[in-house]
Amino acid sequence: MYVYDEHDRLMAKERVAQFRDQTARALAGELEEDEFLPLRLQNGLYIQRLAPMLRICVPYGMLRSAQLRRLARITRDYDKSYAHFTTRQNVQLNWPAVEDVPDILAELAEVEMHANQTSGNCIRNTTTDQFAGVQADEIADPRPYCEIIRQWSTFHPEFAYLPRKFKVAVNASEKTDRAAIQVHDIGLQIVRNESGDLGFRVHVGGGLGRTPMIAPVIREFLPELDLLTYLESILRVYNRYGRRDNKFKARIKILVKALTPEGFSEKVETEWAHIKDSPTRLTPEAIERIQGYFTEPDYAELSNATDQLAQQRFESRAFDQWLQHNVDTHKKPGYAIVSLTLKETGTPPGDVTDQQLEHIADLADEYSFGEARVTHYQNVVLADVRQDRLFELWQQLGPLGFGTANLHTLNDIICCPGGDFCALANAKSIPVAEAIQRRFDNLDYLYDLGNIDLNISGCMNACGHHHVGNIGVLGVDKKGQEFYQVSLGGASQHDASIGKILGPSFAQDDMPDVIAKIIDVYIDKRTEEESFVDTYRRVGISPFKERVYA
Amino acid sequence: MPDIIFRDGSICQNEWVVVPRPENGESLTIPEQPALIPADLWLENRDQFAGKRDIGVWLDGHDEPDVLADHVHELPLVAINFPKFSDGRGYSTARLLRERFGFKNELRAIGDVLLDQLQFMKRCGFDTYDLRPDKDIRKAARSLNFFSQGYQAATDTDLPLFRRRAS
Repeated sequence: MYVYDEHDRLMAKERVAQFRDQTARALAGELEEDEFLPLRLQNGLYIQRLAPMLRICVPYGMLRSAQLRRLARITRDYDKSYAHFTTRQNVQLNWPAVEDVPDILAELAEVEMHANQTSGNCIRNTTTDQFAGVQADEIADPRPYCEIIRQWSTFHPEFAYLPRKFKVAVNASEKTDRAAIQVHDIGLQIVRNESGDLGFRVHVGGGLGRTPMIAPVIREFLPELDLLTYLESILRVYNRYGRRDNKFKARIKILVKALTPEGFSEKVETEWAHIKDSPTRLTPEAIERIQGYFTEPDYAELSNATDQLAQQRFESRAFDQWLQHNVDTHKKPGYAIVSLTLKETGTPPGDVTDQQLEHIADLADEYSFGEARVTHYQNVVLADVRQDRLFELWQQLGPLGFGTANLHTLNDIICCPGGDFCALANAKSIPVAEAIQRRFDNLDYLYDLGNIDLNISGCMNACGHHHVGNIGVLGVDKKGQEFYQVSLGGASQHDASIGKILGPSFAQDDMPDVIAKIIDVYIDKRTEEESFVDTYRRVGISPFKERVYA
Repeated sequence: MPDIIFRDGSICQNEWVVVPRPENGESLTIPEQPALIPADLWLENRDQFAGKRDIGVWLDGHDEPDVLADHVHELPLVAINFPKFSDGRGYSTARLLRERFGFKNELRAIGDVLLDQLQFMKRCGFDTYDLRPDKDIRKAARSLNFFSQGYQAATDTDLPLFRRRAS
């Protein structure tokens, strides 16, 4: 994992001093509210419905145990002893005081953390696959490139006041896309060309929100060393020509659509021709230096613990289920990737208490080389667990609230904080998630349904990624009443697609029934091998419509 | 005359006056003192203005800097207007003027210029800053130097941090 050098440390300290100065001037009335706004947003600070909210950056989802412990302490000292993992691999505090934020940022800087650019019209945290570096089929570890992008985008003097927010995601596997790159402003797919050289396929102009769009490819192959100059060209075209007259048309997807992907690509290529050989061009040494931080941990030479696991699975059905659902294959024999689910019914998806944060830190130290990862599904991953210790780990997870074996099932709901916390929301989302989880409380039934992404957003801003949920739920406001619109058929992986709206929206109390009817149609229509989204794609939306609105 | 901030944080008297774009039907009036006129009007009357040490131009947020590409040596001062401090187009315009078109004379930020953006402006090649009058000019030096370095190459340095680390 990346470790700060003296340059990173100095800039982190200077940033805290700067924000302390800015906060003091804001509190003294020297900065107007609209002048302080982008400054506080770019330090993670929102003013929310009930209190300020601080969004802390977790670069590409990686956390060390010491950082988890510091987060736990911060939630105790400055907040209400809990935190929330977001759909962009970050962490949010819901109740900090504005005047405490500089102190919180100083405490974060001590453990090489920050809240830089977690909000505002700037380049946000670069996200990636939570299985980066430990899955067998990736072309190269995406994390060094994420770190290179993090450094390039941090306090970039030209791109701090973009027309709108800007999100980059990197994916490295050919088969899966856990980073959902095609719904990002820039999605980078690591590829090798015919001569075996490493590079990126560049998607630009994806996004959710009011105008959901799947990002078209604007360059099939970008050589590795050209990464930053090309990003700089894209951002420059966007900064100069993105719309600034209408907030809802300001994302880069609107510009790409207006110019057409070909027209946009041409503008970028023209710009790039001028700067591709500038000193911003990466060097092999610079990449190797960053890659040096992401080397393999000190794995033991093991073989797969197949017999031992078979015996344990035979003895415990619950362990067997957990192993099937929450444990993935690791590239190293004898190791496994474990997902801790934060989706226990009754707990808002992604919420963790201070003690749970410390428990995760302890588990990371004991079982996974002191590191943990946040996923965009709002779960936590221990990426390097020995297979012969899985049973022992599993036994501890249940009491801690991480053991629910519902990963990727209907109950593994992605959900934004919604109207309970967020000033932007039209409707609550957490109670809807909980009501659905209560309705579908039989694990065997959930397993029989297979993988279903159910995503809930409390408003059009789509923090809960509802457009790309196989089942998407969107909170809408109808004459002051909270209603919920349902869409079907969305997907976020390599087969990314935007869900189609089922029809008129529903009252909150009806939602579990509506989901149940949708599931019934799937059960009626599916063939043996089909997942929910496969069936939907084959039969279309009509049978679902007929049943739900019958 | 109000004051102007230099990139080193020092403060001097401002001698230049910004001539607004004439309304429809009005003609351009050039004052006695050094004046900045809209870039397109300078281009239209280039025969009259080129080489004059007391006539410069200003570009608005949406103006293309390319129009000045062939004339950068004829202009003593180019100003870039920030219609709103949160409109970041001027940063790109500045870098293009400097890095692509080779403008070497004074580059000035005008319009909605506040304290907390000064260091970004400096990094993008601005030399002088016409701070909005309600802001405290004595705090400019601090705002210009919150950071001792940056990660990226920009107009102020050719070397991104990854190249400095290597040496």
